[in-house]
Amino acid sequence: MITSQFEYHAPKSIPDALSLLGKFGDTAKLLAGGHSLLPMMKLRFAAPAHLVDLGKIAELKGIAQAGNEIRIGAMTTENGLIWSKLLAEKIPLLVEAARLISDPQVRYKGTIGGDISHGDPGNDHPAVMLALGASFVLNGPKGERVLPANGFFLDTYSTQMQPDEIMTQIRIPIPSAGTGWCYSKLKRKTGDFASAAAAVLLRMQGGSVADVQIALTNLGATPLKASAAEASLRGKPLNDAAFAEAARLAMSICSPGEDQRGSAEYKTAMAGEMTQRALRTAQARAK
Amino acid sequence: MEEHQVSFKLNGKAVGVSVEARELLIHTLRERLAHTGPHIGCETSHCGACTVDLDGMSVKACTVLTVQCQDANVLTIEGLEQTAGLHALQEAFHHEHALQCGYCTPGMITRAYRLLQETPNPTEEEIRYWMAGNLCRCTGYQNIVKAVHSAAKKMAAAPA
Repeated sequence: MITSQFEYHAPKSIPDALSLLGKFGDTAKLLAGGHSLLPMMKLRFAAPAHLVDLGKIAELKGIAQAGNEIRIGAMTTENGLIWSKLLAEKIPLLVEAARLISDPQVRYKGTIGGDISHGDPGNDHPAVMLALGASFVLNGPKGERVLPANGFFLDTYSTQMQPDEIMTQIRIPIPSAGTGWCYSKLKRKTGDFASAAAAVLLRMQGGSVADVQIALTNLGATPLKASAAEASLRGKPLNDAAFAEAARLAMSICSPGEDQRGSAEYKTAMAGEMTQRALRTAQARAK
Repeated sequence: MEEHQVSFKLNGKAVGVSVEARELLIHTLRERLAHTGPHIGCETSHCGACTVDLDGMSVKACTVLTVQCQDANVLTIEGLEQTAGLHALQEAFHHEHALQCGYCTPGMITRAYRLLQETPNPTEEEIRYWMAGNLCRCTGYQNIVKAVHSAAKKMAAAPA
């Protein structure tokens, strides 16, 4: 399978990449790891006239702590996340999720920024970013802006990022010590997107829930923040009834499409199950 | 459409090709450079038959553009065989009967090579997790896992 013809550009800096985007407008697409875009181009679902490869821009890679947040270059690969000692210590939720993305070869190429900015509700990072309260740094002709994950995802393949912008960095506040975490993902096989998945962060205090974040993958046109489910848990002790009620509220916001992974009813039921499993695991890990 | 002059190292030797931007690395390797070890399986980045080593990463050559490989180091199954004979992984796949039809084997071995560079003494669980991007339609996975394990032991005993 061969893509349509296109012109290839490999800028060495962010300003060079921005000027290429400015020059070619919406006939250009950014190439990150290429493991969503190139398959779409091979299937001729996409046929950009220009590809702007971000792979040669060194400043887009790397993971570092800045005060109380972790800053991740948008072109950092999934394996880069998995092997990061800093992330393992500070944001294990992100490592757990990255380990469940696609397969080893794809994780050498696939990037966190590509996964987020593609706007595919089947991608795993968007829900994880919602749970973590992350924000995204976008660079454009008018300069830099920082947008929260909550509200960034508009629809399938549609985000707040404009065609003349580049996502440069992901900023994640470090969860407080003792926070429990879990990314629970149901998939048919290695490499598949989620049939349903739930990301949870959980902080306990004196036997009750001090704070909880719940977000869902591939259960609607965008990742979903399960706010009502969160509210039902805050300030209360965790028990079977609390888990079941949170799962019921999480399921109530799901509207998955039907495909080979199952019917809408099945996926919604699995969203409840993943929510419960993620909450239970996060509880066991919380201190 | 403009052709790109791309030069890179293939199994240690400098090579240069003139390609359209849309040419995939797997086609350059097989059709221009006569390296037919990496196979074309699914062409959709699932099966891993086209796995090669690119700058220390295992990648699926059906989902990499040749123009992205300027100045890169590319290693294929052809580059694993050493002057003294077969690579420890090739020997191990032979001894453990880790292939039936053999179609997935070059990708399996090239992937296993990178895995053992990163994790010289993997557990069975680690082998299964980090080899999961390669499919064997003969479903000979048990012996593939055994072969990677046995090659790891041999390589640890006598590092190449």
